[in-house]
Amino acid sequence: MKEGNGSLATPSPKISNRLTLKEHILEIVSDSGEGAQKAGQSFGAVSAKMGNGVWTVEIIPADIQPPPRTKESASGIRIRFGTGKITNAGDEADVLVAFNEIVPYTRIEQNVYRKGTIVLIESKWATDDSADIRKSYANAIQDFKDRGFVVYEIPMEEECLKLTPNPKKGKNMWVLGMLSHIYDRDMEKAAAQIEYTFRSKSQAVIDSNLKLLQAGYNWAAEHLDLRYEVPAIEAKQELVVMNGNEALSFGIQAAGIELCSMYPITPATSTSHHLAECIQSSGGIIHQAEDEIAAVGFAIGASYAGKTSVTITSGPGLALKTEFLGLAVMAEVPLVVIDVQRGGPSTGLPTKVEQSDLLAVLYGQPGDAPKVVLAPSTIEECFHFVILARKIAESFRMPVILLSDANLATGVQPFPRPQLREEWLSPPVDQSPWKEGVTPYGWDDKTGLSQRPIPGQAGGEYTLTGLAHSAAAKVTYLPEINQKTSALRSRKLATFGRTLKPPKVNGDNEGELLIVGWGSTRGAIEEAVGRAREQGASVSSLHLHFLSPMEPGLKEIFQRFKKVMTVEINYSDSLDDPMITPENRRYAQLAWLLRAQTLVDIDCYSNVYGQPLRPGDIVDKIQQELNR
Amino acid sequence: MFGIKKDFVCELPKKYYTLSDYEKGVARWCPGCGDHAVLSAVQRLCREEQLPPEKTVFVSGIGCSSRFPHYMNTYGFHGLHGRAFPVACGVKFRRPDLNVFVITGDGDCCSIGAGAWIHAIRYNMNITTIMFDNQIYGMTKKQTSPTSRIGTISNTHPTGSVLPPVNPLQTSLGMSNVSFVAQTADWVPGHLFATIKAGYEHPGFAFIKVIMRCSKFMGPLVEEMTTNRDAISILTHENGILPDDGTLRAFRHHHVHDPSDIDAARELAEDKEASYLGLFYQNKEAIRYDLYGAHNLGFTPEEKIAAVNAQLDKYAV
Repeated sequence: MKEGNGSLATPSPKISNRLTLKEHILEIVSDSGEGAQKAGQSFGAVSAKMGNGVWTVEIIPADIQPPPRTKESASGIRIRFGTGKITNAGDEADVLVAFNEIVPYTRIEQNVYRKGTIVLIESKWATDDSADIRKSYANAIQDFKDRGFVVYEIPMEEECLKLTPNPKKGKNMWVLGMLSHIYDRDMEKAAAQIEYTFRSKSQAVIDSNLKLLQAGYNWAAEHLDLRYEVPAIEAKQELVVMNGNEALSFGIQAAGIELCSMYPITPATSTSHHLAECIQSSGGIIHQAEDEIAAVGFAIGASYAGKTSVTITSGPGLALKTEFLGLAVMAEVPLVVIDVQRGGPSTGLPTKVEQSDLLAVLYGQPGDAPKVVLAPSTIEECFHFVILARKIAESFRMPVILLSDANLATGVQPFPRPQLREEWLSPPVDQSPWKEGVTPYGWDDKTGLSQRPIPGQAGGEYTLTGLAHSAAAKVTYLPEINQKTSALRSRKLATFGRTLKPPKVNGDNEGELLIVGWGSTRGAIEEAVGRAREQGASVSSLHLHFLSPMEPGLKEIFQRFKKVMTVEINYSDSLDDPMITPENRRYAQLAWLLRAQTLVDIDCYSNVYGQPLRPGDIVDKIQQELNR
Repeated sequence: MFGIKKDFVCELPKKYYTLSDYEKGVARWCPGCGDHAVLSAVQRLCREEQLPPEKTVFVSGIGCSSRFPHYMNTYGFHGLHGRAFPVACGVKFRRPDLNVFVITGDGDCCSIGAGAWIHAIRYNMNITTIMFDNQIYGMTKKQTSPTSRIGTISNTHPTGSVLPPVNPLQTSLGMSNVSFVAQTADWVPGHLFATIKAGYEHPGFAFIKVIMRCSKFMGPLVEEMTTNRDAISILTHENGILPDDGTLRAFRHHHVHDPSDIDAARELAEDKEASYLGLFYQNKEAIRYDLYGAHNLGFTPEEKIAAVNAQLDKYAV
């Protein structure tokens, strides 16, 4: 911390009546633009730096500039932090900080609060010039109380006005100070976080925010009786804290990928923002293409020329890239595609989570287009899976698709700092003369693998084509060649599948119920299974990381359980719905695949509320299934 | 050996490429198709410039013209309909050592690939583009093209097409950061070669529109274009493309045009009475996106790891 920032209090001496908690869930909700997210991100980062387990998830308005004091304007953040590892956003919030009385209703509609949730609300609306606002505020406070919330009215703006003429900017840091006192956060770390957050701003801005932080802290010490302690365990190894999109960006660079070609799309874009800030320092570059199709075409061009590239997108962009993905499969061009999934179809729910692109990536291309599909289930895996994806893409000469989602994109979690290795980086482009007599697609019959000439290799000249072609890359219309080359491309998947291990079962290896998940839901599913098992339920879970090819041994595992059910964030018909029968029911996406793959009668539990799955809801579903 | 002193032996160049080094297979275009002429001109250019085949990439889309890379004994990328430009730009962006050509047609470029085309002009990478404009879809058997003249009879407009055509020269000249626009015709071999050569030598994105004959589907148009020499005017200027004497003799209309004058270029492109062959516009100073793309190549593994570690420090707990 720099000197001359005024006197910052060291954390207050441990107050004997601090309530010790294993974990807490905190939400901060404001109008769009008031900085609730910044306050929450800082709080999460400070907590992680203190050694707490942390998961944060953003509450993002879909409109650019929604009118203030409306439900649409609600912008904020949820921070779940605890003594142990936190793997998901959890159930109902324990504490809500609200900048006005309207925005919490967005969240109330999503049932994220409970009886006893503490509400710390800006009190200035009680004395607003407008009678309507005064009335609205009074009604809401009464309604909150009727719902069983514990309401504290906080003069946030009044206090901030003592330090700044424009409390709209800075109120969030005052709130951070207030929360820092409530949860006994390390104020030196909080101040350092402010300096980092505002690093591109002037010293005056930093100083002003530091003063507000301290003022919020002092005010809470004098006026609030809320004192919690969520003990932190000092980490044994060095950790890094970031969200999934930043982890993808780090993975891209640690893989030595020298080009990311993209078109802006929520919720993938923040990866590009991070890359734009730093990829040039690690020898790469980002290209913002004119559209999604050009973005993937550009990446394929660079990959063809020996620089395996990445393109990053979300559902609507993936749809546009379909034809090029088919070309990359057909012409065997290595390529990494990252799809940060959001709600669909069409523009859908751009800022909300869904796992709805699984079948589209597998079967979206006309013709048979086998490719490897992976899904990270933690922030740490977002990092490591990019490195893995590049290696697979190059070794197996095919596109590899990585399915992340909005939940991982904005979820922040600490994980062990990666120890970077040279072998993670892409090798230099081979420019040695091409071996005589080797054709550009000299497939190995057993594995389907082949070596790829790269422009610059003398003697390897060939014309890549999306038409059916022979091993010599000659266009061919011979029916037997199309049959054979289709088989060889498919065989590569089987070859890769041989390198995979059967997945580990979380819980007992046999029992009444097995929950199967993929992607970002792992934390919630495993927490739910843990809780249900504590209550004596015979339930286990299994999480898939490879969706194509699938990890081996699934059928054998499934057969050891009386019932198998996937839990996913995508649409499925419910048998309780009108018109729906066991025969015409449309299943959740992984359930479709597993049913086809294993011929086991697999059920599914899924929804498209656009929210991360809550462990409590999964526990309820488990109990319901077991009590059937 | 044999008493020859080493000092007296001439050193041969490491390799001299002949035309056959660039030839591959037999082109499967119709007899009388203009594509053959462009193929010959490009192979001649490769030989004259001694382009190493392994360092040369022809990228195309889909259509008759886009079969071109299959007949070049270099690297080639015969990709998707309308998508040659993004692929070619991706090749060039991180491989500045490669000579990149785009071969496209009027449908590929001006219709399905129009978005990519105008942005490729703006990117101004060092790429030579040859757009084969025969005013008709040939491969799919005579459908109206975006450059078909109004009233063109085709299988999709049996009573005549109803919209005025896209003007590719005008469109190119209207795009920001445009740096080279030229027009030539497949049946004027001297001019065709000189134009392709000038495009290759241009430091940036060269857009060359070649007026093409499609004898199969556009017989009357071919007849009109190739016999009415008065409809063609050759652009001349000391900074333009210098055609051979044969071309200048064959076409009696000449027009002096300074290729740095974009307003005059736009007027010529709009002229409905005459087709001008030559260099419409050139600006060697336009911003080059490929230079930006290649500015930080060649990091060592140590440098890459150190940079990522320095970033990770900011996220360390």
